[in-house]
Amino acid sequence: MLASSPRLRATLLRVAQSIPVVIGVVIISFLLTRALPGDPAVYFAGVAADTASIEQTRVAMGLDKPLVQQFFIYVGNLLQGDLGQSLSSGRSVAADLAKRLPASLELTLSALILAIVIAVPLGVLAATRPGTWVDHLCRVVVTAGVSLPTFFTGILLIYIFYYLLGIAPSPLGRLDFIYLDPDHVTGFYLIDAALMGDWETWRGAAKQLILPATTLALFTLAPIARMTRAAMLTALSSDFIRTARAAGLSNRTILYRYAFRNALLPVVTTLGMVFSFALGANVLVEKVFAWPGIGSYAVEALVVSDYAAVQGFVLAMALLFVALNLVIDLLYTAIDPRIGFSSK
Amino acid sequence: MTEVSQEPAPKTRGNFDHILYVLRANPVTLIAFGMFALLIFSAVFGPSLVPYDPLATNAANALQPPSTTHWFGTDNVGRDVFSRVIVATRLDLSISVAAVALSFVVGSILGCIAGYWGGWPDIILNRFLDTIMAFPLFVLAMGIVAALGNTIENIIYATAIINMPFYARLVRAEVNIRRDAGFARAAKLAGNSDIRVLAMHIFPNALPPMMVQVSLNLGWAILNAAGLSFIGLGVSPPTAEWGIMVAEGANFIVSGEWWLAVFPGLWLMIAVFTFNLLGDGLRDIVDPRKRT
Repeated sequence: MLASSPRLRATLLRVAQSIPVVIGVVIISFLLTRALPGDPAVYFAGVAADTASIEQTRVAMGLDKPLVQQFFIYVGNLLQGDLGQSLSSGRSVAADLAKRLPASLELTLSALILAIVIAVPLGVLAATRPGTWVDHLCRVVVTAGVSLPTFFTGILLIYIFYYLLGIAPSPLGRLDFIYLDPDHVTGFYLIDAALMGDWETWRGAAKQLILPATTLALFTLAPIARMTRAAMLTALSSDFIRTARAAGLSNRTILYRYAFRNALLPVVTTLGMVFSFALGANVLVEKVFAWPGIGSYAVEALVVSDYAAVQGFVLAMALLFVALNLVIDLLYTAIDPRIGFSSK
Repeated sequence: MTEVSQEPAPKTRGNFDHILYVLRANPVTLIAFGMFALLIFSAVFGPSLVPYDPLATNAANALQPPSTTHWFGTDNVGRDVFSRVIVATRLDLSISVAAVALSFVVGSILGCIAGYWGGWPDIILNRFLDTIMAFPLFVLAMGIVAALGNTIENIIYATAIINMPFYARLVRAEVNIRRDAGFARAAKLAGNSDIRVLAMHIFPNALPPMMVQVSLNLGWAILNAAGLSFIGLGVSPPTAEWGIMVAEGANFIVSGEWWLAVFPGLWLMIAVFTFNLLGDGLRDIVDPRKRT
């Protein structure tokens, strides 16, 4: 059965490949929590701890046991969804992260959609009209985009649209205090508000989202546009396009049916790298806009040396990134026109 | 590339002509070289040339907008923003250069071992690099600095670790394809040890693409280090550093004192932009086919 369905086999193989990566990620996260300078128990016990409570923390965390045993305890806790206790909030890190994750996802995904919607057509236009103003615009956007520090772009946008023009709301969080939070369904304010039919709140949430999403999109736009342009150029100069032209197919069919579909493959592969940048930049954007996501949670935790929270955040981000990469690669096998041809 | 080393003089001449040709054809690269020289100049001589002490406070002269005496204005405790921005060049460049140098050396050694001998070191290295790349890199850097302690050295180590996979992979690929090349076998037969063949004959071939990587990476390393200090890691407040200056200035942007955050941010952007342009230009010189 597996041999008869190359797509299924490729999918299973890819899922299997992410297992060692997850193991590696867990090992590195474990080492990071134990690599604290000096005695981790002192850090996790908190600033006001005395000798007795430090010793208590040491035993409670199992730090008196050998490292290998500690690792298995750590993995056991992870399997139960236990990332430790946050010192600053007093709740479990996993609960804190779960509560704040939708805010981060809403921001990152809107930014990515915005970036793709702008970057892919820009790259295609630049590739089909080399040497024109679109091409030059694309080159400028690409080089300027990767040079922009996200936190600086964010601040600049706040200055222009909030302070100078006054059209953006104050850059504090997901929703102005005059609105009530929509009922929790997905945690995505835009979706929740739409589900409730509360368009007033929806507009309020969208207004807050525009600036941070634009900031993040400006940063992620560049690699996508660059890759689209390069992939489109490669596809357009390949033999199958020449054949298609010789066969007298219309320009439109050649461009979108053949060239674009093949150019999509490298673009989808780049999305993995783009996600890595986006998730990192997300932390900075959340800090600038006081966005209550997991990035600003980690930054707040860093300030008060709440290490369990920081390490939980790092692990959560890594697992999220592994999952995203998996989805991207599965998408790749789904859209790759070459897979499955041999069986037909 | 190495096979032509019989006639060194015309080869160098050709290279030089090629560089001149590329620079003439692409004035942007020329501008990038100029901006690069300016950055180096302000990093080396900046601290002794700036008009004010970057740490000297003057409460009577706080939050002044840009003027002829204070070109970039003054901050909330009356320090001259222009002096601080210029002085910060040295620290920002040192952090990124140190980090990139470290990842260059470690990445080269690991990549050489994996690419030349293959076998289990290769497998382990690849697994290890995959694991590093499985983290969103900036987030991993945050985690490393949080774990190792909040100092500038740890910012350098963290930036080096997240950049290292790019170098190791590049070197591994370049070494691997030349492992059994004719010139490498000839050098081996002539009685050179493995390490000598690797270091003197194979590795130099990886240097041109490595240089491109270094230049592109430097910009990214600066961004990364500035990002870390923006969220309060590494550099501590009175020190002049672009990331932390933007972070401090961010508090004043909503009340309209834009010069506090905008100038250091602009400088940071110019520095990153320079290295990116330089990297693209170097790539055109080294490998014209990869031009995008």
